[in-house]
Amino acid sequence: MAELLFWPALLLYGEAAVGYLGDARRPGAAGRAATWGVRLGWLAQTALLAVQAAGRDGFPWAGWAGSLNLFVWLVVTAYLIWGCRRSYRLLGLTVMPLAAALLVVARAGGGTGTGAASRYSSLFLVLHVGLVLAAFAGFTLAAALSGLYLWQERRLKQRAATIFSRPVPALATLDALAFRTAAWSLPALTLGIAVGAARLVADGDPVDALVAVTGVTWLVWAAYLALRWRGGLAGRHAAYLALAGFTLVIVARLALPATHFA
Amino acid sequence: MHLVLVGTSHHRAPIELRERVAVDRSDARVLAARLAEGGREAVCLSTCNRTELYLAAEDGDEAELDAVAALAAFEPAVEQALYRLRDHAAALHLFRVAAGLDSLVPGEGEILGQVRAAHELGTTGPLLDRVFRQALHTGRKVRAQTAIGESPASVSAAAAALAEQVFGELDGRSVLLVGAGKVSEQTARSLLARGAGVSFVANRTLDRAEGLARRLGSDALPLERIEDELHHADVLVASTSASGFVLDAAAVRRALGRRRGRRLLLIDLAVPRDLDPAIHELDGCYLYDIDDLEAIVAETFSGRRREAERAEAIVAAEAEKFHEWHASLEVVPAIASLRARAEEIREAELRKADALLARLDDSQRRAVESITAQIVNKLLHLPTVRLKQAAAAADGVLYAEAVRHLFGLGEDER
Repeated sequence: MAELLFWPALLLYGEAAVGYLGDARRPGAAGRAATWGVRLGWLAQTALLAVQAAGRDGFPWAGWAGSLNLFVWLVVTAYLIWGCRRSYRLLGLTVMPLAAALLVVARAGGGTGTGAASRYSSLFLVLHVGLVLAAFAGFTLAAALSGLYLWQERRLKQRAATIFSRPVPALATLDALAFRTAAWSLPALTLGIAVGAARLVADGDPVDALVAVTGVTWLVWAAYLALRWRGGLAGRHAAYLALAGFTLVIVARLALPATHFA
Repeated sequence: MHLVLVGTSHHRAPIELRERVAVDRSDARVLAARLAEGGREAVCLSTCNRTELYLAAEDGDEAELDAVAALAAFEPAVEQALYRLRDHAAALHLFRVAAGLDSLVPGEGEILGQVRAAHELGTTGPLLDRVFRQALHTGRKVRAQTAIGESPASVSAAAAALAEQVFGELDGRSVLLVGAGKVSEQTARSLLARGAGVSFVANRTLDRAEGLARRLGSDALPLERIEDELHHADVLVASTSASGFVLDAAAVRRALGRRRGRRLLLIDLAVPRDLDPAIHELDGCYLYDIDDLEAIVAETFSGRRREAERAEAIVAAEAEKFHEWHASLEVVPAIASLRARAEEIREAELRKADALLARLDDSQRRAVESITAQIVNKLLHLPTVRLKQAAAAADGVLYAEAVRHLFGLGEDER
């Protein structure tokens, strides 16, 4: 059953990615179709996660591939909050290809099946994996908003005559949303790390590369928020720092999980 | 019932002629009521670009003559500049007007409100009600499904739209005006309309600055003190007649230190330019001069022309729907008569069989009623559909006559 739900989710996310590309070239019907692709794909993936949860007693996304599947769902969920609005369709062009690609990787790693049992308790996994992934999803969206900010800022600096040819949120809106998203995500990451750290100390396990990179990621996003809060960092520079923080999220999600989940 | 349109617009008449036949709201109501006498319907649509009379009447020729006479009474010379359209062509024209496709600035949004007002002031009935409602629907649909009205179509609107592109909502945003001329005021009003507030008007002649500041509800400032107030402003609009820069990059850089990263949009409408182009290179500063704004407006017009093609398709489809509805009016009486005759025959035959039916119980009688009604409906369904289809073509009236003849409809009354 889970396998049957994976394909519609992937196809719809893929359709959304292609639709947003079409919308970027000629705004209109392709963008509307893409938004429906996201909505229906999200429903299919939600059903997939529900089937996975029903098929197992404990937390079914404890492995790296399973957690990637959950991460994709969280990213798309966060995107859906704004993504249905017309002016945020260009954001979909950055989010949906990434979501589709990561879902394929999750499937290749066996993360869309029923999953293997974990030696950890469900409560620990919900708090640690769930919160860290939710935070990473928020940072991903904040980075996508920052990317859109840089693109739109460049157009304003170039004084493009076509600046109004496609609806894009105002610079101030993008900047504020990126900040707010990060501000919601950092406490989640802090709590997720704290729960993991407590278990690490209790079990006497060593600090692996993923734990270290996650710590650095926390530092970068904390610096982003602190500097923004004090008014020393704004606009383009804040967007660059958000993208740097996102690079660490990708490293933590894709390059290092093997060390941690082993 | 015919739909008749007589009118003139910027395509056919210069402003000198249009202003003589322009009608204000109360006169439009009176004129419509007068033209509607004798069982007709009438609407007067009068804007700065057009004056048009829409009439619905059984005798289209007579209605057209009355409409021409009504406009010629304002100014006899207008008769040469009038267009006269009927039925489908008149509806198509109204739909294009409501969609902004016939406007001087394609896609402008004001016309939709003017069409709505004209409809409300008119003396309307089934035909004009229908055509005006559908025109308003078409106007809204075109704006929802195309980008024809989205981009700014004037320099002042472009400046305000740029401010929204940088800041989002302009509520609470502060504007510093440098120069107290007409261009400054126009741009300031465009920003005020979107929620921004003018904090200061700076000008070399303080009297003029005070005059404009009073009109805009702000304070006046000598030109030399711009830099002092720069750190408060979100938008700076400059349009003085100074021969050199009134603000250079160094002054803006100094102000940036006190702005804590807040963005600054600078609009330079002056020729020669008032603002040092190097300001645009500073972080968080966006400087647009008159050439940049005119390029945006030109792009808007070209974009609107592209969108107009899509809008025309929507308008044509809506006009076709109206045409089908209007044509069906020709055959509706024939269809109604045919159905009435069939029902009459059915009831008569049931009455004849009353003695036989009396032996049946209630449920059986109801079944007989239902079966006979279904037979009549099924027999008449296809002729009804075909008649409506024929109505949309030119031979709808011939079909209606044929039905009347074949079934002897209306013969009893003769």
